[in-house]
Amino acid sequence: MTPPEDTVGSGRMPYKPPIVAPGHSPGSVTDQISAVVLSRTPRWWYFAFGASFLLVLLLLQALTKLLFEGTGIWGLNIPVGWGFAIINFVWWIGIGHAGTLISAILLLLRQEWRTSINRFAEAMTLFAVACAGIFPLIHVGRPWLAYWLLPYPNTMDLWPQFRSPLVWDVFAVTTYATVSLLFWYVGLIPDLATLRDRAQAGYSKIAYGVLAMGWRGSATHWHNYETAYLLLAGLATPLVVSVHTVVSFDFAVGVIPGWHATIFPPYFVAGAIFAGFAMVITLIVPLRAIFGLKDFITTRHLQNMGKVLLATGLIVAYGYLMEIFLAWYSGNWFEQFMILNRITGPYRYQWWSLLLCNVLVPQLLWIRKVRTSPVPLFLVAMFVNVGMWLERFVIVVTSLHRDFLPSSWGMYSGTVWDWATFVGTIGLFLALLFLFIRFLPMISIFEMRTIVPKQGPKTEESVP
Amino acid sequence: MTEPVRKPPFGLMAEFHSSTELIRAIREARKAGYTKLEAYTPYPIEEVWEELGHHRSWLPLIVLIGGVVGCLAGYFLQYWTSVINYPLNVGGRPLNSWVAFIPVTFETTVLFAASAAVLGMFALNRLPMPYHPVFNVERFALASRDRYFLAIGAWDPEFDRQQTEEFLHGLQPYEVSEIAS
Repeated sequence: MTPPEDTVGSGRMPYKPPIVAPGHSPGSVTDQISAVVLSRTPRWWYFAFGASFLLVLLLLQALTKLLFEGTGIWGLNIPVGWGFAIINFVWWIGIGHAGTLISAILLLLRQEWRTSINRFAEAMTLFAVACAGIFPLIHVGRPWLAYWLLPYPNTMDLWPQFRSPLVWDVFAVTTYATVSLLFWYVGLIPDLATLRDRAQAGYSKIAYGVLAMGWRGSATHWHNYETAYLLLAGLATPLVVSVHTVVSFDFAVGVIPGWHATIFPPYFVAGAIFAGFAMVITLIVPLRAIFGLKDFITTRHLQNMGKVLLATGLIVAYGYLMEIFLAWYSGNWFEQFMILNRITGPYRYQWWSLLLCNVLVPQLLWIRKVRTSPVPLFLVAMFVNVGMWLERFVIVVTSLHRDFLPSSWGMYSGTVWDWATFVGTIGLFLALLFLFIRFLPMISIFEMRTIVPKQGPKTEESVP
Repeated sequence: MTEPVRKPPFGLMAEFHSSTELIRAIREARKAGYTKLEAYTPYPIEEVWEELGHHRSWLPLIVLIGGVVGCLAGYFLQYWTSVINYPLNVGGRPLNSWVAFIPVTFETTVLFAASAAVLGMFALNRLPMPYHPVFNVERFALASRDRYFLAIGAWDPEFDRQQTEEFLHGLQPYEVSEIAS
C-alpha cells in the first residue's frame, strides 16, 4: 500500500523517512554543504586521490604501450574481434545513464528526493562518459586517425557512412557528453555564486567568481534559469534513452547470433539504469558517512534507490528470459546453439555468475531492512556492478567465439594490458570524482534551499 | 531588462528575512508607482517574478529555433554527403535512406536545442558579467544564503534619493543600503 503523495517527506509514516533531516533552514544547508568544499583538505583525501592517481598512471602506461605496439597487446583476435574495449565502453556508458535519469527524468516526474543526489549523479555521469569515450578511440587501432569518424571536408573526399550504427554512436556519445556537461555546469552556476560569496581566500574566490560568471540570483536570472533547466531536462530525457538504444544497435544491427534481436534497445536501457543506480549507491554510501551528510542523503534516498535497483533489475531479468525464449522460438539453429553454448559452454561460469549477481542477489531488495541499511545495500550494489560487467562480457564474447562455422571457432581472454586499461579507467573515474568532491559542492545547495522550511529564525544573525 | 548600467548612485536596496516580506514589499513598491524593480532571492520563487510584472521569457522560442535548425542541419549533412557529394550504390538501395538517417538527425536536434537553451539563458541573463553594482552592497553576499533583497533603480522616474529611502524603511526591512555604482 502506498501512502498518498502529500505525506511524502512529512515523516508521518515510519517507512517514509524525510528527504532532509528536521531542523534545517536555507542558511544551515548552505553552511554545511559549502563547508565541505571551503574547509581544509582532510588528510584522507590525499591518500584516496593519490591511490586513484596511481591507477591513472597505470592507464597512461597501458595507453602508451598500445600506441607503440598496437592492439596486438590485447587478447583480441579473430573470431573475437570485440573484446574488453567494447565491454568496458558499454559498461561505463551504462553507468553514466543513472545520472541523467536522476537529474532529468526524476525532475520532470517531480520526485523531490532527487535533489540531494542529482549533482553527484550528474558528475558521475560526466566522468563515466569520459572513461567510456576512451575505449572506442583506442579500439579503432590507429587512435591518431580517430577524427576520421567525424564528418569534415577532406582532401580524400570521404564522408562517414551514415547508415552505420557505429557512426550513430559517435553522434550519440558526443551529444550525450556535451549535453551532460552543459546540464551539470548550468546546475552548478548558482552554487558557484554561493561559494564565491562565501570563500575567504583570494584564489578560490577568484576561481569561483570567474566560474559563476557574475550570477546575482535576480528574479530575471532565476526565471530564465528555471526555464532553461526544465528545457534541458526535457531534452536530456529522450537523449539518454537514445544513447543506449544506439549502443545496442551496434550489436542488434549485426547478424551475429545473440545480437540480432529487437529486445536489445529496451533491455540495454534498463540495464544501463540498473548499472548506474548500483554505482550511485556504491559511491554515495561511503561518502555520506565520511562527510557527515546523512541529514541530506537520508534513509529515504537509500530506500528509493534500492527500489529503482530492484525494478530495473527485474526488467533486466526479463530481458535474459526473453533472450532464451526467443532463441528457442525463432527456430533458428544458430540462435539455439548460442544460448546452449552460453549456459553450458566454456563461458558458462561467467553466465551463471551473471545470473547470480544481476538476478538472484537483487531479490534481497524485496526486504525493507536491506533497502534501508547502508551496508547490505552497498553489497548488493557491488554485486550488480560486477554482474553488469559480466553481462557485457557474455554478450560480446559468447556470441562471437562460436558463431556459425565450427572451423572458425575460438576462445578469448583479456591480457594483462586489457586489465590494466580497465583498472586504469576505474582509477581515472575515482580521481576525477575525488577532485569533484574536493572543489565543487556535491549536493546542489540552491535546490536544497527550496526543500527546507523557508522562514529562517528572525533573531539569527549571519555574517557574510 | 530592468538592470542597466552605471549611474551614480545605482539605486537603493532593502534586505528582508523571508520571501513573504519580500513579496509584500514588491506589491507595495509597485503600488507606489515604482517600475524599475529587481528582486534577489537565494532560490527561484516564481511568485516574485510574477509580482514584478514580468510574464514571459523568450527562451522557449530560442530553444525551438535551435532544435529546428539542428534537425535540418543534421538531415541535410547526411543527405548532401550520401546523395549529392559522394553517392555510393550499395545493392541498389535508395541513396536517400531516410530511416537510417533518423538517429543522427535526432542527436543533432538535441545538441543544437540544448546549446541554444544554455547560450540563450546566458544571453537573456547578460552573463558573463564581471562587474555589477549590486555587489558593492556588503550584505548582498547573503543573497546566496538566506536573505531576500529588493532593489529600486535610480533611473526609475519615481526615484528620489530621500523619499525612496524613507519609503523602503516603511516596508520594515532588516536594512536599507545605497547601491554605489
